[in-house]
Amino acid sequence: MRKKMKRHTNPTRLLLLCHTKSTNENDGSWEGIQGVKMMQQGFISQHVAARALSALVSGNYVQQRLRPAIRPYSSATKEMTVRDALNSALDEEMAADPNVFIMGEEVGEYQGAYKISKGLLDKYGPERVVDTPITEAGFAGIGVGSAYHGLRPVIEFMTFNFSMQAIDHIINSAAKSNYMSAGQINVPIVFRGPNGPAAGVGAQHSQCYSAWYGSVPGLKVLVPYSSEDARGLLKAAIRDPDPVVFLENELLYGESFPISAEALDSNFCLPIGKAKIEREGKDVTITAFSKMVGYALKAAEILEKEEGINAEVINLRSIRPLDRETINASVRKTNRLVTVEEGFPQHGVGAEICASVVEDSFGYLDAGVERIAGADVPTPYAANLERWAFPQIEDIVRAAKRVCYRSLPMAVAVAATA
Amino acid sequence: MLRFINHTSSITNLQFPRHLLHTISSPPLPVSNYATSSSINLSNAFSRCFESVYGGRRLHTATSARNDVDQLSTETPLQQELDFPGGRVKFTAKPVFTSSSSEERTPCYRVLNDNGQPIVDGDSVKISKELAVKMYTNMVTLQVMDTIFYEAQRQGRISFYLTTIGEEAINIASAAALNDNDFVFPQYREPGVLLWRGFALQDFADQLFGNKNDNGKGRQMPIHYGSRKHNYVTVSSTVGTQIPQAVGAAYSLKMEKHDACTVTYFGDGGSSTGDFHAAMNFAAVMEVPVIFFCRNNGWAISTPINDQLRSDGIVVRGKAYGIPSIRVDGNDALAIYSAVHKARKMAIEEQTPVLIEALTYRAGHHSTSDDSTKYRPVDEIERWRGDQNPLNRFRKWIETKGWWSDEAESEHRSRIRKQLSQAIQAAERVEKPPISDIFSDVYDVPSKNLTEQETFLRRTIHKHAQDYPSNVPM
Repeated sequence: MRKKMKRHTNPTRLLLLCHTKSTNENDGSWEGIQGVKMMQQGFISQHVAARALSALVSGNYVQQRLRPAIRPYSSATKEMTVRDALNSALDEEMAADPNVFIMGEEVGEYQGAYKISKGLLDKYGPERVVDTPITEAGFAGIGVGSAYHGLRPVIEFMTFNFSMQAIDHIINSAAKSNYMSAGQINVPIVFRGPNGPAAGVGAQHSQCYSAWYGSVPGLKVLVPYSSEDARGLLKAAIRDPDPVVFLENELLYGESFPISAEALDSNFCLPIGKAKIEREGKDVTITAFSKMVGYALKAAEILEKEEGINAEVINLRSIRPLDRETINASVRKTNRLVTVEEGFPQHGVGAEICASVVEDSFGYLDAGVERIAGADVPTPYAANLERWAFPQIEDIVRAAKRVCYRSLPMAVAVAATA
Repeated sequence: MLRFINHTSSITNLQFPRHLLHTISSPPLPVSNYATSSSINLSNAFSRCFESVYGGRRLHTATSARNDVDQLSTETPLQQELDFPGGRVKFTAKPVFTSSSSEERTPCYRVLNDNGQPIVDGDSVKISKELAVKMYTNMVTLQVMDTIFYEAQRQGRISFYLTTIGEEAINIASAAALNDNDFVFPQYREPGVLLWRGFALQDFADQLFGNKNDNGKGRQMPIHYGSRKHNYVTVSSTVGTQIPQAVGAAYSLKMEKHDACTVTYFGDGGSSTGDFHAAMNFAAVMEVPVIFFCRNNGWAISTPINDQLRSDGIVVRGKAYGIPSIRVDGNDALAIYSAVHKARKMAIEEQTPVLIEALTYRAGHHSTSDDSTKYRPVDEIERWRGDQNPLNRFRKWIETKGWWSDEAESEHRSRIRKQLSQAIQAAERVEKPPISDIFSDVYDVPSKNLTEQETFLRRTIHKHAQDYPSNVPM
């Protein structure tokens, strides 16, 4: 059996994954198809040294990264990968409602480009799991049309970068229809697929669309992190009468999370528009979504351990509607805010959160808001360049320290080096 | 003659084919598709000039005449075929390219000649007196409605209008051949379909004025009508987006096994959009009951047809996607009625898409924002408004049958004019939609921020009443 290994930028994690976690056979992810580039290892090691991180921090951060891959204890709670969570949610919703159907490239015979729709073609047949020609504009428009007439399509984009081909249908045909038709045509459609950067997939496959879709009235935009998020939010999205953009993350598909019995129930839905406080704290609020929630949690552990800073981590779960109450309540408690996202910084999700907090909780802020975002560049491919283009755990740690005045604010630091 | 040109047949040379193609028995099989492709490569040298739709100007393409080569020579029988993915294909030893256009254009189906007399040995669906009179009166109503609403815009009473002048037969006759439960996806030049289905003149006026009785709650520009009750999807007017939507809705009908089809209208310009191609391709692959109705009226605002496309109109594109297609005279109400009637039957019974190209002329300007005399000759416009007018031909036919008269005409026209001016006056006086209509229908249930915004807006208006118009109800 040929093991297809996922490419990760961290060589240590890469080695651990090889040894402790076998990926699904033929999971079809692009990294698997392209094969592992072992040369990365050399690159990254040099790069880490060159960046002159303190040995302690880097040692610890490497250790933090190791933790999820080793399970030294056996646990009674069930675990589920995000992939299985999405698959089970789709399966249950299709079983419950014959109007639900899936459409997209490779969703049927190939079992899904990322195996999210595995087994569904066999179970529900080609009428409900529809393989399409290569035209996102075409199948998005067709999905919207079928929703106009009462079906409940789940449209898969191979990545949300390809949704740009269909964005007119998502926005003008889906999001605005209920309003433009004065309530006569509602569109119970879900657009889902991986969003944001993966690993080494370059500029045309790495953009994050949360801010773009998050600005459109008429859409709901969801960003699950854990398996529970994935199950609960996807079910809620399919049942929702409005169009929903469901932004997943390719690298999270294979990650396992503990899942409660309640979340495994076939009627389990999470409310749309409610954020989750993943970790309570009192010193600084860190907002994040999707993969960055994991990074923020790890940053919070480092902050606790090394700096004694007690961070509160909020998993947004929903970009639109944005849970401003939870965010503001948290900032009123901690008085400091760091927003984290992988997308481009200008007009990003962090900008909206910052504005919301300044409007509603200005008096409660003890420090300026810090935004951590991806670099303002199209995503480069080379592994080192890619790593520098996206937030890493230490970036979050340093930002939290800055808002806690444990280190100089950015503006001062830059001026000092000028 | 009513003959659908489909993938299994070759293009005929006759102007008006005499035989009737009754059935297209099964979905396209790859074998027959490729087996007949060689028969299209005809060996005659020919010139590639052909008449453009508005006559007079001759179109020359860049390619020169082909070599006089007969590749279907019997000396070396080319019987070998190979089983490629997609089906068997015959080989040929001569590298001949299919021509960029056929030497003869696809013939156009018509029932009545220019004088409104049925063509001898023609084939069409017979219609009753009631239906014929209803069709004609609706065409007149549509024409009068367009004239009066256009004038209202010119007088500044409404902000915008778009007429259907010249395409009344397409609007009314196609609607007459459909059932009320066939789902319609319009572009924007098909209000006649809604009129046929019972949308009142007052309803049209209310939408134009965007008042509180508007079915669309004042959300959209004039002429963006829509009515769930009449199975007429609200006009969004973004060009061509309705085409794949119609295919999707047809897929829904197919899944539910309804005795209904979807119909989508678009112009020659709309057939250039990416959506058109994706939708046609999909519809053929998914085998759904959808009628693609192309109103080829020769103009896309100021873009004439030969700047829009270089194929033999839109009808030949059906063949490219494996869809049965027909070209009809768009100014002949009976031809349109028969073609749509037959297309609907085919679409539903055989679960296949069908393409209809109706050749007509956009006798009015594109809209009130356009003055078409700037880019086309006035005498051309006058000709199509006059002799070639679809109402004239149909009127001649029903008068010959004794079903209509001059008195009936003038009585009907004056009655409709009166109704329209009353409708306009009434619509002008009705209040505008309430403030709550700004925030409703964005979502099924308004989100929290919208509720907050509404509260904030009401408070602001209350506090600063002098800054807000007094005729907007709260």
